[in-house]
Amino acid sequence: MALLEIENLSVGFDTSAGLFMAVQGIDMSVDSREVLAIVGESGSGKSVAMLAVMGLLPNTATVTADRMTFEGRDLLNMSGSDRRKIIGKDIAMIFQEPVASLNPCFTVGFQITETLRQHTNLGKKQRRERAIELLHLVGINDAAERLGAYPHQMSGGQCQRVMIAIAIACNPKLLIADEPTTALDVTIQKQILDLLIKLQERHGMGLIMITHDMGVVAETADRVVVQYKGRKMEEADVLTLFENPKSAYTRALLSALPENATGDRLPTVSDFHMEGSA
Amino acid sequence: MSEIVLETRHVTRDYHVSGGLFRKEKIIRAVKDANFKLEKGKTLAIVGESGSGKSTLARILTLIDPATSGELLIEGQPVDISKGLSKEMRRKVQIIFQNPYGSLNPRQKIGDVLAEPLLINTSMPAAERREKAMQMLLKVGLGPEHFNRYPHMFSGGQRQRIAIARALMLNPKLLVLDEPVSALDLSVQAQILNLLADLQDEFGLTYVFISHDLSVVRYIADEVMVMYLGEVVEYGTRDAVFDNPQHSYTKTLFAATPKSDVESIRARLARKRAAA
Repeated sequence: MALLEIENLSVGFDTSAGLFMAVQGIDMSVDSREVLAIVGESGSGKSVAMLAVMGLLPNTATVTADRMTFEGRDLLNMSGSDRRKIIGKDIAMIFQEPVASLNPCFTVGFQITETLRQHTNLGKKQRRERAIELLHLVGINDAAERLGAYPHQMSGGQCQRVMIAIAIACNPKLLIADEPTTALDVTIQKQILDLLIKLQERHGMGLIMITHDMGVVAETADRVVVQYKGRKMEEADVLTLFENPKSAYTRALLSALPENATGDRLPTVSDFHMEGSA
Repeated sequence: MSEIVLETRHVTRDYHVSGGLFRKEKIIRAVKDANFKLEKGKTLAIVGESGSGKSTLARILTLIDPATSGELLIEGQPVDISKGLSKEMRRKVQIIFQNPYGSLNPRQKIGDVLAEPLLINTSMPAAERREKAMQMLLKVGLGPEHFNRYPHMFSGGQRQRIAIARALMLNPKLLVLDEPVSALDLSVQAQILNLLADLQDEFGLTYVFISHDLSVVRYIADEVMVMYLGEVVEYGTRDAVFDNPQHSYTKTLFAATPKSDVESIRARLARKRAAA
């Protein structure tokens, strides 16, 4: 049985101009020990679909699906209190902007132990030990001292590590990483990706990587879902996708990579729109 | 034969960090002894991680900050902004910033954004300013209907087009681009890179292109300069740097760049299978 199963997921938002469909009829499934990448440009609904899984969308959103289960349990009609037992514990998410997602008013240590306090029955001292262990695990040196640091005292890469530490605090079965490296330098990006994959392999997590960077996909994913304007364009294992992309949109996306440039001009995805309408 | 648009000789920049009551003042050397020459119509890419001093160098080149020591020559003339600067010189260099969301005034219409450099630097009448702004708007691929809109009504790629148009209003010789595409999606990034290439051909522009994305650098640059902790550790033509990197930091940088060719994916999957 797959860890997370989604069938025909649609998400709409009530706007002043009527209902806007951000996600339209998406199917996907993730197994444990699997890295699934969701690729698409901004506005393709990749984050919204995952927020729907987490139940983090605002009231203006209408979420419908034929099936949305985590370990066979229905996520769609789950009560708030049941959901909160799963979210943050068995399903965890790393958000896009680490500096903005951490609370500036609390120390890093407080924010890590907060998750442990909610989801485990560890004592205060044990929580602190676990927090130090987690910071070590994500590669922050002098962890014990860093527990007392505020987010603004750390760099972007370190904040991202703290976010990862919070997410993996309760050894989740499924980790959703929303553009985990977009704001970071290449060298830091490499470290964070290596770290995520190492943790994923060690704990046998299912990992969903949301990204628009084809390079990140190539470096991490087992299977890839390509999304465009709220619809799934293609699903394939990573090798097939790069070797032999089926959908015209995937081909357009791949040819827009600067390293695949032939001649003086880069093909753009708007060339794809024209192909589509012609 | 070709004319040198930009030259720096031993440019260094120090920042002073005040130490408070009991601690000593610290001096941070953000740029150490940068030397390069750039010919007209060429693109120099400056690569480095955050904190490597590439943006500090950009600020010196765009005449925003003075260098602590060393010489900056633009079209062969030495420039020292601490001694004041002619409007003529100011027009020659323009900058495009990284974040297209932060670099436009949210309360200014696009037409006014584009006409403002002319208002400040020339004595052109209003009607002519408007006409020039409109022409430039069309040149960067936007429509006349965008003239009276506000920045929040545009996407990231469109805003970066507006920033480019604004920089070109005064017919600069040199354009400094500080991570112009790193906030943009892959597909939009391709459009902006194409636009930059077209404009470079049309106006004979010289670019200083700051980036940490090596695949973009490889695509756009003629010459590449790698900075690490304020020092220039590698400087040469694109092919020389990419084919035969000398410094260990450059090698680390290449190793960290995600590879998306089929061969390396196959190698990774094979490694994974072997480990499992």
